[in-house]
Amino acid sequence: MKRAGFTTRWLPILLLLPQLIIIAIFFYWPAAHAVQSSFYLQDPFGFGSTFVGLDNYTDLAGSGEYLKIARFTLVFTILVTFFSLALALLLAVKADKVLRGARSYRTLLMWVYAVAPPVAGFIGLIMFDQSWGPLTELARSIGWDFKLGVNFNDTAIAMVIVSVWKQVPVNFIFFLSGLQSIPKAVREAALIDNRSASGRFWEVTFPLLAPTGFFLLIINITYALFDTFGIVDTLVKGEPGNNPMTLVYKVYVDGFRGNDLGGSSAQSVVLMVLVLALTIFQFRLVERRIHYT
Amino acid sequence: MTDVTQIQTTTMPMRKFRIRWSDVGDHLVLILGSLFMLVPLLIVLQTTTTTDVATIKNGPELVIGDQFGVNFDKAMFEASGFSGENTGMSMLKNSLILGLGFALGKIAIGMMAAYALVYFRLRFATFAFWLIFTTLLLPLEVRILPSYEIAQKLGLLNSYSGLIVPLIASATATFFFRQFFRSVPEELVEAARIDGAGPVKFFIDILVPLSQTMIAAMFIIMFVFGWNQYLWPTMITTEEHMYTLVRGIKQITQDLEGTNIPEYGRANMLALIAILPPVLVVIFFQSWFVKGLTESDK
Repeated sequence: MKRAGFTTRWLPILLLLPQLIIIAIFFYWPAAHAVQSSFYLQDPFGFGSTFVGLDNYTDLAGSGEYLKIARFTLVFTILVTFFSLALALLLAVKADKVLRGARSYRTLLMWVYAVAPPVAGFIGLIMFDQSWGPLTELARSIGWDFKLGVNFNDTAIAMVIVSVWKQVPVNFIFFLSGLQSIPKAVREAALIDNRSASGRFWEVTFPLLAPTGFFLLIINITYALFDTFGIVDTLVKGEPGNNPMTLVYKVYVDGFRGNDLGGSSAQSVVLMVLVLALTIFQFRLVERRIHYT
Repeated sequence: MTDVTQIQTTTMPMRKFRIRWSDVGDHLVLILGSLFMLVPLLIVLQTTTTTDVATIKNGPELVIGDQFGVNFDKAMFEASGFSGENTGMSMLKNSLILGLGFALGKIAIGMMAAYALVYFRLRFATFAFWLIFTTLLLPLEVRILPSYEIAQKLGLLNSYSGLIVPLIASATATFFFRQFFRSVPEELVEAARIDGAGPVKFFIDILVPLSQTMIAAMFIIMFVFGWNQYLWPTMITTEEHMYTLVRGIKQITQDLEGTNIPEYGRANMLALIAILPPVLVVIFFQSWFVKGLTESDK
């Protein structure tokens, strides 16, 4: 809040109103509704609903299928987060170092940011096409009969690869801007103190990048949990079947296809709690980040 | 000081030699990384220039075919759906409307809210701030079904307003502009008030022009974000004439499942058209884009 300001009373309210109305109608109401319907069992033919307490939640906890999907989501999230962070860090360190072609490399490494997840999924379908996909051919050449959409593990691997491909640019941009904000004096001091490049990286650069890394960790976990929806949907071609899927995709499948409103809502609430936890964690880190930089 | 120069001079010849080798390694890593990002796009590009039969028979090749125009016509002016209305042309139009409406809406609504929060003495400012802030906890994915029901009740299905309005509330844009407005010197407001400018005049004549770079940065991020929306358009648009390119991608993938020869050329061309506009925006306005991305913290 600035000290100097205007005192008009109606104007600020008028200015805030559009935002607040949209939030109320499309955020708070649906969220409240999701919480409420998670305690009810919806009649499949639309004749009202009965209060069932925590049944929807205990059903979830007892459902082998749900737990299997939760487990897959966890493994998927860890793999996507790890590989996209590691790859991006490596590329950012190198792009920060080279003098020639730095700008071209930067462009070549960041443009995928603008590709929509489902379009990335489509490109995955092309790369892993059963009859001529280059990556399918590559797998075949080492005797691996890669079957996207048929074999659970193969589909999961394709999902991870496409998700990493789509996420590397974001991490690359943040790591690079983190690297470039390290003061020149610090770099020069490090150069004098430590003559091995890898020693300098682990002892100076890496700790200085840690705040960016923590911040990106949360961004990447959120990405793997939520934003990969489009990738999953296109790679399984909208037919979950026996294919791997993430928790978010399950909410969609149960709610829209299965018409299981109560179960789908209970899953939504579980995800809300997850986002809440991640956000709290993130803001603690952001506070620390301000201290660092 | 003398120590430093001594170290530098004594290690110079050796370092020069070593740096060259590590330079080669650096470039190698960067080239491999660039190829990892680029090759899939090149393959999509190549298959838009050949016939579908050639693609199936030979896979991607190192030749550029002569079918680009044919595939382009098929993608832009032929439809795959039942209604015949989801041509590339119509999807491109819808994508542009969504991208622009989304970006402009978010900027307008975010700026207005930020202006109200920073420049006015408002009793419930903190409360409003928290209301906006909490929306970060409620991504669309966790309220899919109820949001859809509301849109349905309000009669927003298959309309542009239904596509855009529910998405334009934006904590990100609000915070971004709030942060910027706070960094604007206070003397400006005082000067404006002494000159007799009211809050509306101050906003339009002084604050908006001052925010140009911020607006540009936010616009690029939000245009790309809006263009790439998938889940909401998938739910809200069921009629084919309302499909965006990204929403239509599912139908495009179904072209690959055809009983006859899968239409790789057409499908890849459509994917290419879905990719190019946001990618070009990001490449051409790179510095604004990076600024918008890193300073808004997502």
